[in-house]
Amino acid sequence: MKNKYLRNFYKYRFLLSEIVRKNVRLQYRDSVLGMFWTFLQPLLTTIVLVLVFGRVFGKSSDGVVNYPIYLLCGRLLYEFYSQSTKRAMHSITGSASVIKKVYVPKYIYPLSNIISTFVTFMISLTVLVAMMAYFMLFTDTPLHLSPYILLALVPVFILLLLCIGVGLILSVLSVFFKDIEYLYDVFTLLLFYMTPIFYKLNQLHLDKVTVGGFPIVEYMLMANPLYSIVSMFRSCVLYSVMWNWHWFFYSLGFSLVTIIIGVWAFYKKQDKFILYL
Amino acid sequence: MPSNKPKTAIAVKNVSMMFNLNNEKIDNIKEYFIKLVTRKLHFSEFWALNDISFTVHKGERLGVLGLNGAGKSTLLKVICGVMKPTRGSITVSGVIAPLLELGAGFDSNYSGKENVFLYGATMGYSRKFMQSKYDDILAFSEIKDFIDVPVKNYSSGMKARLGFAIATAVEPDILILDEVLSVGDAKFRIKSEAKIKNMFDKGITVIFVSHNTDQVRRICNKAILLEKGKIVAQGTADEVCDIYDTITNKK
Repeated sequence: MKNKYLRNFYKYRFLLSEIVRKNVRLQYRDSVLGMFWTFLQPLLTTIVLVLVFGRVFGKSSDGVVNYPIYLLCGRLLYEFYSQSTKRAMHSITGSASVIKKVYVPKYIYPLSNIISTFVTFMISLTVLVAMMAYFMLFTDTPLHLSPYILLALVPVFILLLLCIGVGLILSVLSVFFKDIEYLYDVFTLLLFYMTPIFYKLNQLHLDKVTVGGFPIVEYMLMANPLYSIVSMFRSCVLYSVMWNWHWFFYSLGFSLVTIIIGVWAFYKKQDKFILYL
Repeated sequence: MPSNKPKTAIAVKNVSMMFNLNNEKIDNIKEYFIKLVTRKLHFSEFWALNDISFTVHKGERLGVLGLNGAGKSTLLKVICGVMKPTRGSITVSGVIAPLLELGAGFDSNYSGKENVFLYGATMGYSRKFMQSKYDDILAFSEIKDFIDVPVKNYSSGMKARLGFAIATAVEPDILILDEVLSVGDAKFRIKSEAKIKNMFDKGITVIFVSHNTDQVRRICNKAILLEKGKIVAQGTADEVCDIYDTITNKK
């Protein structure tokens, strides 16, 4: 039984790699600067965010160490999450012309879209390396390289799992309810502000907002798996310390549960796609 | 493999396909819940295919005839594996290459060359394999000068030619032709028919859907006639085409 699925995946592995290749190649094809935008886009948006929020949230006394790097870490991860899940969401409806005519394992479409976004995300990480090198060479911010930086791949991997799970769920939902595409746009905007990207959670002093002695708002923000993932990433890159293991277990568990739900929903509903496309 | 008994390429056993026809299309959550709460979710059953059974042996060319709405496209979709039948089973041995209508498997921003590999991968073929077929595809499609141009700038005839060239170059075991031969100019029609005839010699199995009985007589050796989801006639291409012609002339 399990073998059947693996064999099928093995047969269509070329489709997976072709779509990944296509998405990466086409992303910036018609732009003048081309692939260079992979670096330029996060760099420029980070500069904008530093200019807008730097005064309020960028005080080093609050423990952000280096605000541009702090911001870039959060933004890169958030951007990967929102881009990949959005692409996955549109992937089934966008490939309707093929799905209606040829048999292909349909999960290839959300999966390949997430992987292709992951490839551009990994390339865009070089901007982080470049910026860190700049600050270390030309300024005296207390940044230093440590073996922990290698561990940064762990939160990245957990994020990839989360995106696959969420992407599968969204791709199923978007076939049956087109509305989800608009709703999800609003949701990702909310998520941008709910995730400590340009602020640090303790800067908001949310522990003072309590309901029955319980800091409910702060707990809600901490329940966001992106909070754990971004925090782990910053521990490795920015602070050079081991992450809080609560973050690790929570985000990994959350991602695995999402994947299980996503696979289950996809498997249950994939034969019905054709009737709605 | 020497064997006197012809091998089965496609076995369709008691296949039925049922669709729920909603009285209105519901595709947003609000409408769905309103309908659910007010209990107005009515479905009426529609059997597009009703207990269809037939077998196609290896090397046979089966024509599928029928008026509009007889269930031909549904049958093809079930055979391709795009749809799962409500009842019954389909066994297919060998690689199926469906011809997508006017390059539906193409990405319009991708060049012709890149699309060759994408289209190949959609059918489960590797880059390496497509590379070995690339020259044939280029020669047959006659778009050598435009192969690096994005497909969005192609004419529909160019797309059809490229799509046909790819689907036939990979030498599938089973080729599914859904009225594709009616597109393109006369020159391309003749050329593509010749190509298909050429593939017969290699023992390819063909399923051909058309309203054109002349084409069916020329290409196929067996045929089935569908009416309202049931097989009403089955036999050699000539016999079934005669029946079909009398039906269409009557109406």
